[in-house]
Amino acid sequence: MILEIIGISVLWLFLFGYIIVGSIDYGAGFFNAYSIVTGKQHILSKIIQRYLSPVWEVTNVFFVFFFVGIVGFFPQSAYYFGTILLIPGSLALILLAIRGSYYAFESYGKQGHKGYAIMYGLSGLLIPASLSIVLTISEGGFVFMEDGNPVLDYSALFFSPLTWSIVVLSIVAVLYISAVFLTWYANETGDMDATNLMRKYALGWSIPLIIAASGIIVELYFHNEAHFANLLSLWWMFAVSFVLWILTVILIWKRRNYGIAFWLLTGQFAFAFFGYGIAHYPYLLYPHISIHEGFTNPAMAISLIVVFILGMALLVPSLYLLLKLFLFDKNYIKGKK
Amino acid sequence: MTLFEDPAYASRMLTLLTLSFHIIYATIGVGVPLMIMIAQWIGIKNNDNHYLLMARRWAKGFVVTVAVGVVTGTIIGLQLSLLWPSFMELAGNIIAMPLFMEVFAFFFEAIFLGIYLYTWDRFDNPKKHLLLLIPVAAGGGMSAYFITVVNSFMNSPAGFDIIGGDLVNANPVLAMFTVSMPTKVAHVLSTAYMTIAFMFAAIAAFRLLQKKNQEYHKKSLHMAMKIGLIFAIATALIGDLSGKYLAEYQPEKLAAAEWHFETSTEAPLVMWGVLDENNEANYALHIPYALSILAHGFPSSEVTGLEEFPAEEQPPLVIHYFFDTMVTIGMFMIALSLLYWFGMRRKWAFVEKTWYRWLIVAGGPLSFLAIEAGWWMAEVGRQPWILRGLMTIEEAATTSDYVGWMFVLFAILYLILGVGTVVVLTYMFRKNPVEKDLERMQGGDES
Ligand code: HDD
Ligand code: HEM
Ligand code: HEM
Repeated sequence: MILEIIGISVLWLFLFGYIIVGSIDYGAGFFNAYSIVTGKQHILSKIIQRYLSPVWEVTNVFFVFFFVGIVGFFPQSAYYFGTILLIPGSLALILLAIRGSYYAFESYGKQGHKGYAIMYGLSGLLIPASLSIVLTISEGGFVFMEDGNPVLDYSALFFSPLTWSIVVLSIVAVLYISAVFLTWYANETGDMDATNLMRKYALGWSIPLIIAASGIIVELYFHNEAHFANLLSLWWMFAVSFVLWILTVILIWKRRNYGIAFWLLTGQFAFAFFGYGIAHYPYLLYPHISIHEGFTNPAMAISLIVVFILGMALLVPSLYLLLKLFLFDKNYIKGKK
Repeated sequence: MTLFEDPAYASRMLTLLTLSFHIIYATIGVGVPLMIMIAQWIGIKNNDNHYLLMARRWAKGFVVTVAVGVVTGTIIGLQLSLLWPSFMELAGNIIAMPLFMEVFAFFFEAIFLGIYLYTWDRFDNPKKHLLLLIPVAAGGGMSAYFITVVNSFMNSPAGFDIIGGDLVNANPVLAMFTVSMPTKVAHVLSTAYMTIAFMFAAIAAFRLLQKKNQEYHKKSLHMAMKIGLIFAIATALIGDLSGKYLAEYQPEKLAAAEWHFETSTEAPLVMWGVLDENNEANYALHIPYALSILAHGFPSSEVTGLEEFPAEEQPPLVIHYFFDTMVTIGMFMIALSLLYWFGMRRKWAFVEKTWYRWLIVAGGPLSFLAIEAGWWMAEVGRQPWILRGLMTIEEAATTSDYVGWMFVLFAILYLILGVGTVVVLTYMFRKNPVEKDLERMQGGDES
């Protein structure tokens, strides 16, 4: 009982980590492409190279961690999700490949190929959109059994308003998170042009974000009542999240403490994301897999948790070193080194 | 076409494609950090700019291959669940631990690689910068180790009991230490180091043929050939042990690889050849007693033949060619590097001749081919099993349609990635020739 809670919490935490660091990365790519199209390039390209190039691999590992971890802790989910996700999963992989190779081919080879930068930017929006489909599917209603094997009902999925509201939310969230972070980062580098531009984007995306998020809750009422009821009983988490959102926007509006604004935003998403996750309990896939039935054997669970603790003991100091050298090193971010 | 009709067959082909592509980058990812480390170490110790530059240039190229390695690795990691859902469900219960640990190894490697690459000139003491490479090289080695542990488990499953169709008494630690693990891991690591050494030797030899910066490339060639020789010999020794493992625990794979149909003592090793309708090998090279020696260490030992296994459990006979390709290349590379080493010590003229340099150039791609052939032999030779003796690939494969189309999509993707890697690397090094880099380093302007 307690083991599966630990397992799912660890995974959910890493998924949250991926959403934050991944959003920064994906959104930055989009803003970069956008600025190239509108002729404002070089405002952002430099920041993207200095910040994203050293850490993109780390971002990717968060994702790998999640899907390897879920197979370990909840092997049954590998069977269900593996079978139904062949096509969306493969498409997401191809998009990820396009992005990943950008760092190889663009940053270290020829500079500034326009078409490639645009593909890179677009893939950054399509990846979260295609990955968010998994969240939709997990709400249930799109998977049926045929000859004992799970099959995905593509047309139901495609025509469901829930699908599209989750897709919209994922894209808006990516742009908002990334804009807030880049406002802060650009400000640290002392690049005023970039700061102002990103601040404008951050404010611009804040309202659509809250609309999209509320929209999901309404959609859930129609789609999955059990989940909706659970969400309501956790109303306070969403209230906290909402307050944090207001505080973030105020700080950015007043051009003050961009750093704190970013941490408030992280808090906002944490409360909403964990509220959503807790309300989803105990199902991984309504109503086929719950975290209790789908759980691995205790021996494996304990081994994985031990490995996780040891692994973190190794990683946390190294991550700290990475952040210290690149994100918070005054000389590095100002471009002196 | 079966590719579009049979999901199990299409899944096999897609796995074959992805892994054969990933293994190229994975091998580079395992081997290159070690080579950079050695070069940088010699450079610092002897205060020799040439070696320091080697380390720098290799590291620069490495960035490109790592990125593609990460991309293809992410693909295979997720694809395993997409293509083999039933297998991954079972694997999750028993062999998830090394997969999970592998992620930490990647993480660790990725972090320090990032730091290493972007901090060439940020440390006052160059040795500190070199230290950053240790976690990178260790991380690469650990990745290879953990993934090979999983593969060993597939060849010799252990660490659990099956009672009434259910998996019970799972012991994740025992599952990691199976009988095939020691030889497999050792062979995979030594072949990766050997292949990368010969890859750098091939590049240096090629540059020498073009009469580019002689001194720099001669040093590089000499160093790479010596390292290559050491690991090539290790590879052959460990390969011999792998054969003994097979004879003991997976005799059907060895028998199929050797076209050894009837159980017999004093078995000869059959190299190459073609099978006729009576299963006789024509045009083959028969090395007397060699199979008995490979299998058990004595010319008189008995080697199990393929006839003792039911027809549906016999691996495809084509693995014979994969095995021969691997062994032939292994022997060729030992001979080539040994002759080079003797030749350089004794000042024999031929090692500096054009034709010999061309042979060294060929050695790089050949070593990669040996790696591919080795994996094809090991994985195709496990047919029809995905988990030997427990689960067949038919049972494991996805039931989803359209796998064939995914194969086409990924084939295009790998083509682009492969061509892209070559183009970017060529462009990068053409833009920054050794002479220019050397001048820059001597001018003290290091950026
Ligand atoms: C540069 C590459 C290379 C070279 C020169 C060799 N091998 Fe190898 N071999 C591999 C690369 C490889 C590999 C890619 O690393 C494999 C595939 C699966 C594995 O565990 O290692 C492998 C597998 C493998 C196996 C099968 C193990 C199994 O299926 O469990 C055997 C019996 C040998 N090798 C034996 C040899 C011998 C006797 C060699 C003589 C020189 C040799 N190999 C050279
Ligand atoms: C079924 C087989 C395999 C799977 C599932 C797999 C999985 C992966 C994944 C997910 C990554 C990307 C990690 C990241 O995000 O940083 C990766 C990269 C890597 N893999 Fe594989 N891998 C497999 C085979 C191998 C083999 C056989 C080796 C070594 C012999 C290997 C060595 C590496 C290395 C060193 C990297 C790091 C990237 C680089 O340095 O090029 N992998 N692999
Ligand atoms: C996590 C570990 C691994 C898993 C789950 C895995 C899974 C599979 C599966 C399901 C197949 C198709 C069935 C078959 O042909 O036997 C396969 C084939 C293959 N694998 Fe592995 N594999 C693993 C490790 C590796 C590694 C490390 C390599 C080396 C690069 C590799 C190379 C291959 C090749 C070349 C084939 C094609 C053989 C064929 O289609 O018959 N595999 N693997």
